[in-house]
Formats: sequence, C-alpha cells, structure tokens
Amino acid sequence: MPPRNPERIRAQKPRIGVFVCHCGHNIAGVVDVKRVAEQLSKYPGVVYATDYEYMCSDPGQELLKKAIREHRLNGVVVAACSPSMHEATFRRAAGEVDLNPYLVECANIREHCSWVHDPGEAATQKAITITRTMVEKVKGNMPLEPVEVSHKEKCLVVGGGIAGIQAALDVAEAGYEVILVEKSPTIGGHMAQLSETFPTLDCSQCILTPKMVEVERHPKIRLLVNSEVEEISGFIGNYRVRIRKKPSYVDPDLCNLCGECEKVCPVRVPNEFDRGLSERGAIYIPFPQAVPSTYTLDEETCLGIKPLICGKCAEVCEPGAIDFDMSEEIIEEEVGAVILATGYDLYETKALPEYSPDDPDVIDPLQFERLLSATGPTRGEIRRPSDGKVPKTVVFIKCAGSRDPELHKPYCSAICCMYTAKHALLYKHAVPDGRAIVFYIDIRAPGKGYEEFIHRVMEEDRVLYIRGKVAKVFREGDKLIVWGVDTLSGQRVEVEADLVVLAMAVVPPKGVEDLARTLRLSCLDENGFLKEAHPKLRPLETLAGGIFIAGAAQGPKDIPQAVTQGSGAAAKAIALLSAPTLTHSPEVAEVDEELCSGCRVCAPLCPYGAITVEETAQVNELLCEGCGTCVAACPSGALSLRNLEDSQVESMVEAALAELSPAREAVEVKGG
Amino acid sequence: MADGNGHEPRIVAFLCRWCSYAGADLAGTSRIKYPPNIIPIRVPCSGRVDPAWVMEAFARGADGVFIGGCHPGDCHYVSGNYKARRRVTLLRKLLPQLGIDPRRLRLEWISATEGKRFAEVVTEFVEELKELGPMRAEEAAQDVR
Ligand code: FES
Repeated sequence: MPPRNPERIRAQKPRIGVFVCHCGHNIAGVVDVKRVAEQLSKYPGVVYATDYEYMCSDPGQELLKKAIREHRLNGVVVAACSPSMHEATFRRAAGEVDLNPYLVECANIREHCSWVHDPGEAATQKAITITRTMVEKVKGNMPLEPVEVSHKEKCLVVGGGIAGIQAALDVAEAGYEVILVEKSPTIGGHMAQLSETFPTLDCSQCILTPKMVEVERHPKIRLLVNSEVEEISGFIGNYRVRIRKKPSYVDPDLCNLCGECEKVCPVRVPNEFDRGLSERGAIYIPFPQAVPSTYTLDEETCLGIKPLICGKCAEVCEPGAIDFDMSEEIIEEEVGAVILATGYDLYETKALPEYSPDDPDVIDPLQFERLLSATGPTRGEIRRPSDGKVPKTVVFIKCAGSRDPELHKPYCSAICCMYTAKHALLYKHAVPDGRAIVFYIDIRAPGKGYEEFIHRVMEEDRVLYIRGKVAKVFREGDKLIVWGVDTLSGQRVEVEADLVVLAMAVVPPKGVEDLARTLRLSCLDENGFLKEAHPKLRPLETLAGGIFIAGAAQGPKDIPQAVTQGSGAAAKAIALLSAPTLTHSPEVAEVDEELCSGCRVCAPLCPYGAITVEETAQVNELLCEGCGTCVAACPSGALSLRNLEDSQVESMVEAALAELSPAREAVEVKGG
Repeated sequence: MADGNGHEPRIVAFLCRWCSYAGADLAGTSRIKYPPNIIPIRVPCSGRVDPAWVMEAFARGADGVFIGGCHPGDCHYVSGNYKARRRVTLLRKLLPQLGIDPRRLRLEWISATEGKRFAEVVTEFVEELKELGPMRAEEAAQDVR
C-alpha cells in the first residue's frame, strides 16, 4: 500500500530510545528486563536501550530526558505499566526537553505481561514482542500539536424550569452572559405548579419565586420567553443559535398587572397552568408571580389580531401596554456552551382507557397539585372537578403507564412514589375524616429523608397502602368504582371513590426530537430522553462537546436532583467558558483529498457529524473524537487516523508475529 | 483435525482502549493468570479495526485474531462496536474460502470491569486454537484437498 500522506512521512531516520522499567519486582521479578533491553538495542531503528528500576520516579524521568538529549532521540518507548498509568508522565517529561510528546509511547509489559504470566522465558519473549510492536508504532508517529480554538464567552440555557434557572444563575454569577430561552410565557416550569414539596413540605412557589425574580433582575441574564430554539449549529465553544420569539403583544415594562384586560376579554379557554381546571382569557397571566411579570396575549386563542377583530383589551389598558403591531422576532446569537434543561411532560391519561380518563374526577398528579395549591383554581381547598364537593375517598394509582414494557413505558418514573405519599398526606391534612388509599407495585424512596417520609405517611397519617395493580376504574352514579387486587392477601379489592389520581409516567416533552435533530446527534435514548455521553462518568455532557444536559430532560428527576444537575451543568459550562483557549486531541481522522472519491460512505458512520462531503470528504478536527470508524470503512484509503495509520498497524502486526516468519516461508514453498 | 501437539498458538489482539484494553489491564491489576500467547494492540475503538489488518495478521502466520470491544450500547464512540460486529460477520463468511477456520477470528465484548472475563476468554481461545492446530497445517490440508 502506498504511503497515504507522502509529504508527512518523517524525513528523519528513526533514532528511538527504549527504556525498560523494572517496576521494582513487579516486572523484573517475572521478565528478564536486561534481556528485553539488550534485544531491543539490536532492533532496527533503536539507537539506545536501557533498563531502570522505576522509570516513573524523578531520577527515572531525568534518565529519560538526559538520554533524549545525549542520543538525539526522535522517538521513545517506555516499556513499563499500562499507558493509562504513566503515558502522560513520560510525554510531559519528553516535552520538557523538546521532544514532541506524541512521539512517546508506552509498551504495556506489566498489566498485560508480568502481572498475568509466570516468570520465565515465555513472559520475557512476550515483553520483547510487545515492546517491538510499540517501536514500530513510534516509527510511524508524527509530531502533533493539540488543536487550539478560541470560543465565545456566552452560554445558552434552553428551558426555564428549576434546572434551567439554577444553571442560568450559576453561570451568570460566574460572570458570563446567559441567554435563557423558555417556550411558555413564564419561567418556573412544573415546579411553579406544585403545592408543597416532599419530604420537607416547604411551599414550592415560596422557594422558587425568589429564584425566578433573581433571574429577571440579573444583569448577565437575557431572558427570552415565548421563545424556541430553532437551530443550533457549530461546534464546541462556537455554536450559532437561531431563536424564534413569538410576540406577546404586551409591553412588559408598561404592564402593571391590573388585570382589567382579562376581565373584558370575551374568550374563555382552559388554563394550561391549572391543567384545564380553570379558564383563562386570550390575554392572561399564567399565575400572579409569573416572570416576566406581565400579561401575554395568546394569538392562537385571540379572536383576531391581524386584522384586529375585538381589541377590547387595549381599550381598557390604562398604561397602554398592549401593542398589536408587535411581530415575531428571529434572534441569532453565538455562544460557547449550551445547557439543555428542557424538562418533562406527563404521559397522557388518555393512554389508559381502563381508568376512565375522560371522567372529570379522574385526574393527573399535576391537576391534584393545582387543587392543593393556594394559588390554584380552588384556592387550595380539595374539591373534585365534577361538582366541587370535597372528596371523602381518594384513590391514588401509582405506576400509571410506568414500568409496563409491554403496553406503556418500561422505566420507573422515579418521582411518583414520593409525590403520591405527599399527595395522600396533604389530602389527609386537609380532610382529616377522609380516606386516602394508595395502590402501589412497590415503594422506591432512595433520597435523604424519603424513607422516613413514607413511614410518616403510612403510620402517622394512616394512609392505606395496598400492594397491587388496579384493573379498572369506572363510574357508577356519584362514585368511581376502583377494582384492584391486594397481591399480599390475594384478595380482590373494590373501592368506592370520589376522586382518582393517576400517577402518570414522566415522558420527554414534545419538541425535544426536533431539538435533537438540529444538533445532528444521536442524542436521544430509547425512551426519547436526552442521552448523556456516559451513563456513569459523563452524566451532564452530551456527545457534542460544549452541549450539556440538566434535569428531567435526561430522565425523570426530583427537584434536588434537577437543581444538582443544573449546578453541575453550569460548572461544566463555566469550565469551558473560562478556559483561555480550548484544546482538542490532534489524534483524529484526516482526509487525503487526492485519494477521496467523494463516495460518502464515511459521513453517515460518524456519530459526531464531523464529516461533511462536498467534492471530497472534510473532517472537522474539532468535532472528530478519533474513533477511526470512518477510516476502517473508507474504500479508497483516503481517510487515516493520525498516529494510528494502517501502515503503522500493519508494521505492528508484523512485529507481533515476527518469530513466525521463517516457518511461514517454508510452508509457502511447500504449498506453492 | 490437525495434530496440534505442543503447538503454541500466536494471537494478535486488537483491543479498544476504553473497554477491552482496560479490561486486560484489570486482569493484570487483579493478577489473574492466562496463557502468554496473545499480543495486544491498542486501538481507539473496535470500529477502527480494518478487516485488512485481520487478513494481514493471518497472512503473517497468526493462528488467531482477537477483537475486543465495549458491550453493545457502551461503545465510547456510540456505535463503533456495531460496525465492528458487521465487519466481523462478513469476514467470518469470507475466511473459509481462504481455507481459514472462522473460529480463528473472535470478537468479544469485554468491559473495563471484566478483567476476569478477559482472562477466561483468552484462555478459552488459546485452548480452542490448540485444538485447531497450527494455521499452516490447516492450510496445507486445504491445499491437498
Ligand atoms: S470504544 Fe470500545 S468498542 Fe468502541
């Protein structure tokens, strides 16, 4: 095979130094290190070989540096432990005496040899062979420099729920500009809808609204509500974003929240914030503490703005805040980092027809939160939607749509056990003579104070927990009949209930796929949540450098977890934004345009979208992570991976099998 | 079957650095013994393994070629291991036509925590290759036929 990048083939003759480490007895007790050094000193390309007790020690590194200078080495192999241990150490040492770090490699003769074999000839032979393969690799290595790139010092946060709020505040506090994009007219997310929070029972809005106000007041945060991210393009440190902002038709600076406009609005539609349990006008404020604190005119439900049909609201607006001439804005920004905190939705109750989801007294948990909330449609009194009566028996059905791989969602929605316990407790506090019955599969309470909370609900508040699934909910006159089984006693259970709360599965919000698509990433998991770069070690990152995730966007999460992730993602973003320049490993793929036929086999294989093909393929070295999958697939040999070229691997294979070569020739002669 | 008495098979192993190479490291750290017949070559991902390398290894007299990658779904680069699996499936079909027993090519998913499994799989592979006998004998037998 012809060399791929002839102009880059090293002009110098190899002058490689080999340093065999004893690692005390760890290597020397099994492998004859003197012989390894002696054998390697005769190997083509090697001009110096020695052995030493501890190569990683200070004197060991000094020895290495001295030899590089004295023997004018242009490549180094340290035969020692795994490269994951000391590759960085030896590369740094070489760099100190001006040998390019990428010309230094480790031959792993400890983990892969002395620690797994018995002392003797075979282990020594293997150590020699492993070291020879690494000499072959170094012969083909090119000096490389880390790729440096400048970046923007601004951060985009998508989603104004608690995770996004926390992330935006932390990044802004560090001194960086933040653009916070929220699709609804207010920030606050689902947390703003909640009554009280488990397990401490502090009032959700009381702890949330100060943070919302902080966002509004923060000089470094630009808040864009009624806005959606249409497109994100670019790469780490340098993303271009396009945001579409719907007009609110109300000037927030002039609006004084008097509410006269909504009173005269002839439109009545279900209020989303109360999950349809109340009505709102076309001009409305989601809740009194909304941020930005202003009314919003919803053009979808208004009788008509262009042309104007009604206009009553503007007539009564004293400060003249209503402006029908406002129009949609497209906002373009350049940012260095992006935090996706797009939150969650609830699985629709309609998906569970066996539970009579169309009955007004069969509700979802956020509806129950609104019934409990002092700012809710009943001012915090628990009254059932159908007739406003106080329900005397409330049945809570957990895992509604969760943990059901056959029909619904396979996963556990994580928060339902806790909020259901809270719901039952708050209900019992509000209606002491009422009955609260919880149907459950099992109880998951792995958080600080969570298990204790469940016990309190069961024991102090005497909520009845029945282990078993509910088969059917149906109406009979004034009552909802709940058929279930108690799997502990094996008995059928029938309950006459006034209100049924379905603890619906947590699902990804609508629109998240579109966002994922604009990122050109396989970044959704099998359930549609945003996928982290590594489930254990990189939970806040996506596979696109500089794009982070926080909160329920990644999977069901409670408030403390969402806040933790918001801060975590912010820390990641700050680390990126505060770096003087970004560096990226140069050991990535590159294209020989002479050889590339533009066949496009490579581009779809790349999980990072790093390859674009016009006439020929182009690799964006900042996006490429260096996996080499495209290289192995390239039919014309135009792609190569820096410092792991095919020719290098071929020489390594040859060295790995070298002792066999004479025998092979003999057979070939015979066979031929 | 060829007589493999006393034959020590030679194996070239392409190990992805994130999982299998690290698994082999762990076998070392845990001092789990296995036969010394294997020479590992570190690659970024099993998806980097070019089928040509496998053929090169056999042509140079390897008795076995081993490819180690991350478990499905765990590839550090998302999906390189799926591509490796596809390539190995094709290679396995091709090998018999060249007179090479497809059992001589192994693809295994070994995570960074599976040091013990790495040792076991290598031990088993060496045993299997011993039974298959030297590569040359097999090719020669093929030639005779
Ligand atoms: S990184 Fe291990 S198989 Fe891709």
